[in-house]
Amino acid sequence: MSALLEVEDLKVAFTRRGEPDSVAVDGVSFDVQPGEIVGLVGESGCGKSVTSLAIMRLLPERGNRVTGSIRMDGDELTALSDGQLRERRGRDLSMIFQDPLSSLNPVITVGLQITEVLTRHRGMDKKAARAEAVELLDRVGIPDPRRRLDAYPHQLSGGMRQRALIAIALACSPRLLIADEPTTALDVTIQAQILDLLKQLVAETGTALVMITHDLGVVAGLCDRVNVLYGGRIVERAERHELFRAPRHPYTHGLLGSIPRLDGPPGEDLAAIKGSVNDNLPWTSACAFAPRCPNALEVCTSVTPAPVEDGRFLRCHNPVGAS
Amino acid sequence: MLRFIVRRLIQVVPTLLLLSVLLFAWLRSLPGGPAAALLGDKATPEKIAELNTVLGLDQPIPVQYVKFLGRAITGDFGNSLITGEPVTTEIARALPATIELSVAALLIAVVLGIPLGYLAARYRGRPLDTTTIIGTLVGVAVPVFFLGYLLKQWFAVDLGWFPPSGRQAVDIEATHVTGFAVLDGLLTREFDASWDALTHLVLPAIALATIPLAVIVRITRASVLDVMGSDFVRTANSKGLAPGTVRQRHVLRNALLPVSTTIGLQTGLLLAGAVLTEKVFVWGGLGTLLAQAIERRDYPRLQAVVLLGALVYVLVNLLVDLSYAIIDPRVRVR
Ligand SMILES: Nc1ncnc2c1ncn2[C@@H]1O[C@H](COP(=O)(O)OP(=O)(O)OP(=O)(O)O)[C@@H](O)[C@H]1O
Ligand SMILES: [Mg+2]
Repeated sequence: MSALLEVEDLKVAFTRRGEPDSVAVDGVSFDVQPGEIVGLVGESGCGKSVTSLAIMRLLPERGNRVTGSIRMDGDELTALSDGQLRERRGRDLSMIFQDPLSSLNPVITVGLQITEVLTRHRGMDKKAARAEAVELLDRVGIPDPRRRLDAYPHQLSGGMRQRALIAIALACSPRLLIADEPTTALDVTIQAQILDLLKQLVAETGTALVMITHDLGVVAGLCDRVNVLYGGRIVERAERHELFRAPRHPYTHGLLGSIPRLDGPPGEDLAAIKGSVNDNLPWTSACAFAPRCPNALEVCTSVTPAPVEDGRFLRCHNPVGAS
Repeated sequence: MLRFIVRRLIQVVPTLLLLSVLLFAWLRSLPGGPAAALLGDKATPEKIAELNTVLGLDQPIPVQYVKFLGRAITGDFGNSLITGEPVTTEIARALPATIELSVAALLIAVVLGIPLGYLAARYRGRPLDTTTIIGTLVGVAVPVFFLGYLLKQWFAVDLGWFPPSGRQAVDIEATHVTGFAVLDGLLTREFDASWDALTHLVLPAIALATIPLAVIVRITRASVLDVMGSDFVRTANSKGLAPGTVRQRHVLRNALLPVSTTIGLQTGLLLAGAVLTEKVFVWGGLGTLLAQAIERRDYPRLQAVVLLGALVYVLVNLLVDLSYAIIDPRVRVR
């Protein structure tokens, strides 16, 4: 089976005149098979959003440099013209964003924000598009969908807004959906509902999903494969059960340790990863995670760990359980 | 919506009342009164006192105010001390000239300002943008009357493209219907009169439009840039919408909100600018009435003109709020 999405050596650097470039994504490679759910996990600032925006080509027009290859169905997205790309966005690949309120246009109705995708990509007339929009809202679990079409975003609850955004993203049954922390702005109970909804919808439609999150708990119930991102590079990638059963990278291990477990002894301390991303070393001559790593050796601060691919992808001099 | 309008209109009353009190007190605290101004060289303390009694200005200010208010409610703002005519008659005669000038200026400012501001934002950092920014800086910095004199000197006196002053050539036969010279010509099919009035209007309207134009350009540019970087525009792009749809439906509609506020605020400045512009181009509108009234301390006329200005300002801003309610659904519920 050939991959639906192949990201190869993606680099994104933000450029400011008079300042050295700041590299946000530093050679990320991963792929997504048709219908697969792939996780992209890492803490704040590790480059998750920048990666997803780069795939969609939605980064600001100025002030950054993107290199590497992003192929969908073998077509190089980075080489498409703006017009060709607009043909595919919303139809073949679409995206859900983190903050549902600011991601919807406040001055036009939810209905129009859905129907405009349908008229654009599915050639529907206004009436057909409205009927289809009712259908879509119903499918994402919005009660009384006909009335909601004429509502403005501020008249919906946070959960309903995110459902509306999901309806927009899935309106043309894209084959790839990128969800950038779609639940972080929501209440915990709503989070679970939205995740369930996403899971159910992608299963129904066969859409492949790239799930971006800082929360391994989200990944646990959802993803087939997981990419762990640190400092703009993927440090570990494995099939979900493998990763949870035996995390090899100390960073993954730390992330797992910071999830509360129901089956753990009560009152057990959660292991937090010490330090912060500010302590990162440059990848060019070290392992970026070394200053925070419980397993760090001397070599970690002076030599870049080479990526190893055997069963799982790993970038570490001294993985967990290697002894 | 209707309740909103009525509520806002009711709010206008206390605003105008308060303003009239302040205006009344302020006028009477100015050195030199109408009597001294009217009598000129012949002013002696006795004659001034005598005239003040005739004009009712010897009474305590609160009493004067209550009397003024009592008459103003019936629409009587007194007679001009300069001409002896009812000030309402004077104002009715001068008003169309000022409205014509202000509307023309505002039209120029809005019709040029919004597209220019939009283009500057779209081609940010390119020559068009840089030129526009420099232009607006100059635009807000040049005093209106100075610009008026420059335009008049270059395009009227030196080049002779436009008439230097007045609203219409004296030798033009024009029938008056509404008092708006350009419009009257169209209504009566006296197109040469209309054209003539239009040529008279060009230079003063440009002079008066400069500052609001510059301000509208800057606000539009800033607002468009702000909206272009917003999350929902990113969403619109992620849907693959055509660039034109993104621009009109998503960027412009949101970007125009702050612009409409600006337009409302600018009308206040526009009224002030009209006084100066009318002077340069001998326009003969409210500005001329006002300038004369200040010089001669013509209290009745001053009061009426300033209150009218305030009323217009308040009403225009009510219109702006209404436009807000139309563009922005979030306003309606409040
Ligand atoms: N427009 C930009 N200009 C400059 N730097 C940027 C820009 N956008 C992101 N960055 C930088 O890129 C790095 C990665 O940011 P990114 O938004 O991808 O993080 P993230 O993993 O999505 O984090 P979060 O969980 O907080 O959303 C950060 O250091 C950020 O400061
Ligand atoms: Mg992010």
